[in-house]
Amino acid sequence: MKKTIIPIGPYHPLQEEPEYFTLTVDGETVVDIDAEIGYNHRGIEKLSELKNFDQSTFVIERICGICSTSHPYAYVRALEDIAGVEVPPRARYIRTIIAEGERLHSHLLWLGLAGHFLGYNTVYMWAWKLREEILDVMEIVSGNRNNYAMFRPGGVRRDINPDDIPIVLKKIKKIVPTLTMLHKAVRDDPVLHARTKGIGVLTKEESINFSALGPTSRASGVARDVRKDTVYGAYHEMDWKMIVTENGDVFDKVVVRMLEMLETIKILQYCFTHLPAGPIDSGLKGIPAGEGIGTHEAPRGETFHYVRSDGTNRPVRHKVRAPTFMNLPTYKATVKGSQLADAVIILAAIDPCYCCTERMAIRDPGGKRLFDGRELVALSQRKSKLVQEQLGIRELPLDALGQVAP
Amino acid sequence: MDVLFTGLYVLVFPGFLTILVLGFFSSWIERKVTARVQYRKGPPLLQPVYDVVKLLGKETILPKRGNPFVFAAAPLLGLASSSIVAVMLMIQPLVASSFVGDLIVVVYLLTLPSLALVIGGAASGNPLASQGVSREIKLMLGYELPFLIVVALAVYKAGFRIDLEGLSGASAPLSVSGVIAFIIALFCVQAKLGFPPFDVAEAETEIMSGTYIEYSGPLLAVFKITQAVLLFTLPVFLITVFWGGIRFVGLDIFWFALKYVVILVLIIVIKNTNPRIRIDQALKFFWGFCAGAAAAAFGLAVAGNVFGIAWL
Repeated sequence: MKKTIIPIGPYHPLQEEPEYFTLTVDGETVVDIDAEIGYNHRGIEKLSELKNFDQSTFVIERICGICSTSHPYAYVRALEDIAGVEVPPRARYIRTIIAEGERLHSHLLWLGLAGHFLGYNTVYMWAWKLREEILDVMEIVSGNRNNYAMFRPGGVRRDINPDDIPIVLKKIKKIVPTLTMLHKAVRDDPVLHARTKGIGVLTKEESINFSALGPTSRASGVARDVRKDTVYGAYHEMDWKMIVTENGDVFDKVVVRMLEMLETIKILQYCFTHLPAGPIDSGLKGIPAGEGIGTHEAPRGETFHYVRSDGTNRPVRHKVRAPTFMNLPTYKATVKGSQLADAVIILAAIDPCYCCTERMAIRDPGGKRLFDGRELVALSQRKSKLVQEQLGIRELPLDALGQVAP
Repeated sequence: MDVLFTGLYVLVFPGFLTILVLGFFSSWIERKVTARVQYRKGPPLLQPVYDVVKLLGKETILPKRGNPFVFAAAPLLGLASSSIVAVMLMIQPLVASSFVGDLIVVVYLLTLPSLALVIGGAASGNPLASQGVSREIKLMLGYELPFLIVVALAVYKAGFRIDLEGLSGASAPLSVSGVIAFIIALFCVQAKLGFPPFDVAEAETEIMSGTYIEYSGPLLAVFKITQAVLLFTLPVFLITVFWGGIRFVGLDIFWFALKYVVILVLIIVIKNTNPRIRIDQALKFFWGFCAGAAAAAFGLAVAGNVFGIAWL
């Protein structure tokens, strides 16, 4: 039978951002998938190197509109790693509040979109209506619905007004019944089960092999969460559960996110009621030479930032790796062999964020892509050789890498 | 004079113009109720009219790769057939214009709007439209079987009358088989309208409106009008065949309006509380559950007739 190619993108009602999937379809079955990004590359890593450390925080915040706090969080952690400063407790709690509020609204946004992709527009509208509540909370706390600009290396920029806390707590409390109702609706709807159970299964082995992150990996039974695995923020000072399920299908990914929202509300309530007194900034002056890494559990998984400083006031190198970069390749395991109608929801199930993931793509005027993955690896190997020769470093013998020479 | 009256009946009341107005009104109710269910404010009363007027003012773009004649004719076919059905259903109680076998004509004409979608989509030469066409054909094969069984059931209960007057007059007492038949027919109507959970052929987020993808301007407007007319016609068909028929005398007008609103709200509620199902699941649902239940209802009706139990 003739195979049809179904394009999804670069502009498609399914997705808010430009990215391009080619689904090779045999009848209604997807036999292969190819993803292409690079439509929206903004060169933020380079921009960050042109700004000083404080200004970079704001640039980094603009990487993503939804997880706009994850990137600054990971970035300031990288800087604090270089400088070796302790963040005051009040600042840690405020950071946790901002990060968790963001997780809540991000998961609600995803839930609505997932409903929309399944043609379930009632869930879409309800989830987004509910999201307004948490956005109001964020506006009260930080002054902004998004892009909170709360982070600075060594602490936070603004304090939380104690008068706001009762109002905020009331608003958070108001979310719980509707959220529980939505959770029950999703859990008990037989038609939703038919559409999401056993669809797009990512097994535990595949999840580990693809290095999937965040809810995508936790739905496959890989208990991995930066908030539990490392000590940062206020997460280790309270009791909350990491949600892990076993099946790895779309339904489990929904369930993980739904239950995570309830845990997030617990964290938020604890933080607001136990907010410690004290300064909100450690008064960090300058970043010494060195390199540091910072991680944060973004709503979509681990965000990773690497910063190298040479002792001046701007980063020499700033490297960003967003969680979607690791989750995107899992499509090769989940979409292949599925029905076309299911492919859409599987594509959405990792909660992809392409503006975080964007990489540069070089094309000739005809639109043909000039450097593919293999060529880029070859180029980088050639560059490494060149650098080694310039620095007079001999190539390491294979034994030194723990490998047996052929 | 007769010719003049017939012309008025067909074109003005209760003919095409009335149907159009009622169709737009139904479409508005559908959008308004949907909006209220979804925490939204909803459109103003004339929004469906504004939409169509706006589309009529736009350029008609014919796809280069498709067949332009068939592409343009398909929406007109759909509108013509759905309007004829609506006029037939509405005129019958007014002037008793029923003829033997007009039920068959109605059932046949009711498949044409879906067929028009298939033809138009296939003529547009778009791969996503062809995906939609293949789904629409499968869906039609799915819902026509239970639909025909329950229509046959209604014919059986009316004493083998295949004219609308006979069906409408045989206001059957409340019976188990009648209720089952009505529910099955309601599901089929949902699929005929292309509403969730059976909106597989347009599936905006999967295949970008599928069969409609290449349509724009006046031709899309014709499809929109067809949708509106169908939203009025199909509930009226349900009332005529399964729920006591229509009579435009005294209090019966009120009952008709009430039944109509109940069916419309049922359709809207089903639409808004279900995600889109896959085409294979839709087929399984119609051929398995619906056809089985319809056949069982038929069996009940026959048993009720043979043993003289009215409530079966």
